[in-house]
Amino acid sequence: MTVTDEALPRSPAAGPAGDPVGDPVGAEVVAALVRDLDVGFAALYEAYRGAVFSTALRLCGRWAEAEDLSAEAFLRAYRALAGYAPGRVAALRPRPWLLTILANVWRNSLRSAARRPAAAPLEDAPDPPDPGEGVEDVAARRETGRELAALLAALPEMQRAAVVLRHVTDLPVAEIAAVLDLPEGTVKSHISRGLARLRELRAAGRDPGQKGGVR
Amino acid sequence: MSGIDSGGIGPGGAADRLEAELAGLAADAPPALLDRIAARRVHVAGPLEEGPLVGVQVAFTDRGVAYLRVGMGEREFAEAFRARFARPLLPAARPPAGLVPALRTGRLGGLALDLRGLGDFEAAVLRAAAQIPRGQTRPYAWVARRAGRPKAVRAVGSALGRNPVPLLIPCHRVTRSDGSLGGYVFGADAKERLLRAEDVDVDAVAELARRGVRLVGSDTTGVVCYPTCGDARRIAPGHRRGFRDLAAARAAGYRPCEHCRPA
Repeated sequence: MTVTDEALPRSPAAGPAGDPVGDPVGAEVVAALVRDLDVGFAALYEAYRGAVFSTALRLCGRWAEAEDLSAEAFLRAYRALAGYAPGRVAALRPRPWLLTILANVWRNSLRSAARRPAAAPLEDAPDPPDPGEGVEDVAARRETGRELAALLAALPEMQRAAVVLRHVTDLPVAEIAAVLDLPEGTVKSHISRGLARLRELRAAGRDPGQKGGVR
Repeated sequence: MSGIDSGGIGPGGAADRLEAELAGLAADAPPALLDRIAARRVHVAGPLEEGPLVGVQVAFTDRGVAYLRVGMGEREFAEAFRARFARPLLPAARPPAGLVPALRTGRLGGLALDLRGLGDFEAAVLRAAAQIPRGQTRPYAWVARRAGRPKAVRAVGSALGRNPVPLLIPCHRVTRSDGSLGGYVFGADAKERLLRAEDVDVDAVAELARRGVRLVGSDTTGVVCYPTCGDARRIAPGHRRGFRDLAAARAAGYRPCEHCRPA
C-alpha cells in the first residue's frame, strides 16, 4: 500500500515509545501494533479515543464535525500504519503522532470549510454524559462548558490549538510543539496569549449584547 | 502550569479556575465512533453444508456487509480485506441482523450492503446481478444491458469476479449464453453446486443450449422467457417453443417476458 497523505506528520515523532510520564500506555499500544495491526489499532483507539475526540470537539466546536474529524484521523492513522515498516511502528510515539494527524485533518477542514454548508452548532448538540458526575454537577459544568467552548472558537487557530492541546487534552508542551510543528517557546506563548484572550472575552461576554462563538 | 499562565489578570485563583474549566471540556468519544472507522468480522454458516462453500467469513461496517469470502484463514481474510478496503477489522460479537437468513435462503431480504469504493460500472453490474431471483440464471449480456453498457459483456465478467459480497449478490446466477456456467469467484465447481442447490436444472439448460435454444416461449401466451424463469418452467411441454434469440421469437410473434426480460 502506497501512503502519500498530507495529513501525516512529515517527520513522525520518534524516540522512546511512549512517554512514561504523560503517556503511560504508549509503549503497550506500540507493542500491540507491532504484533498485529488490527489488534494494535483497537488498543490505539481505546487509549486515545478520548484525547482525539476531545481535541477535535474543542478545536472545531461542533459535535458532528468532531466525529468526522476523529474518524478521519483514526482512519488515516490506520492507513499510514499499514504502510510503515515494523521498525518505524516500533519507534512511534503514538499520542503526539495521532494528534498531529488530527491537527492536520482539522486544518485541512478549515481550508475547505467555505465549500461546506454549516452544520448545527454545538449548542444544539447533546453534551457527553459522564457517569462519574452527579446530575447537578453535569448541569453546572454544561453551562460553563458551553460558554467556554463558544469562546474558544473566537481564538486565532494556533492559539486555540495550543490552549486545547495543553488544557483540554492535557498534553505536555513538548508534545504540543511536536503536534503543531512549532518551537516550544512559541507554543508557550500561544497558550499564554490564548488564556489571556479567553479571560478578556469572558469578561466582555458578561456584558449584555456580546455573544461568544461567532467568528 | 502556572509558569506559563501568569498573565497577571485577576487573582491566581481565577487562572486556576479557567484551566480547570478547560480540563472539564474533555469528552469521551461517542460509542458509535469506532463503527464509523473499523469494520467487524464474523464467521457464519455458508449456504451449503459441505464442499467448497463452508467456512464463510464476513466483514461489515455500520452501513452494511462489505466483504464475504470462503475458505480463508482469519489472517488471510484480514489481509485480503485490508488490501482492498484499508480499514481496521475487529471481531464482532454477532453477525449483522439478516445475514444468516440471507445466506440460508439466497435472498437478500432487508440486509444492507456497503458497496462504497466500487466504480459506477461495477456497482451497476452488481445491482443488476442482485435482481436475479434464486433458482434462475441470466446471461452476462443481460447483466451488461441492465448495467447500461450492452457491449461490455467481458467487463461484466471482470466486475462479477471482483464481487466483494458473493452469495449475497448472487453472481453465481450469471451464466454463459452457450449453456456453460462460466467462471466464478469461488471456482466453477462451487458455482455448479450452488445452482443445483437452488434447483436450477443445469443439465437441461445446457442441453437446450446445445440445440441452439436460449429462450423458451409458450404458444398459448405468446410470451418468451429465459429457460430458468419461473414463468418458463410453468409452460406445459406441449406448448413449449424454443428460440435461438429474441429476434427469432419476435419474428414468430412472441413478446419478451416482463419478469426475466430476455435481451
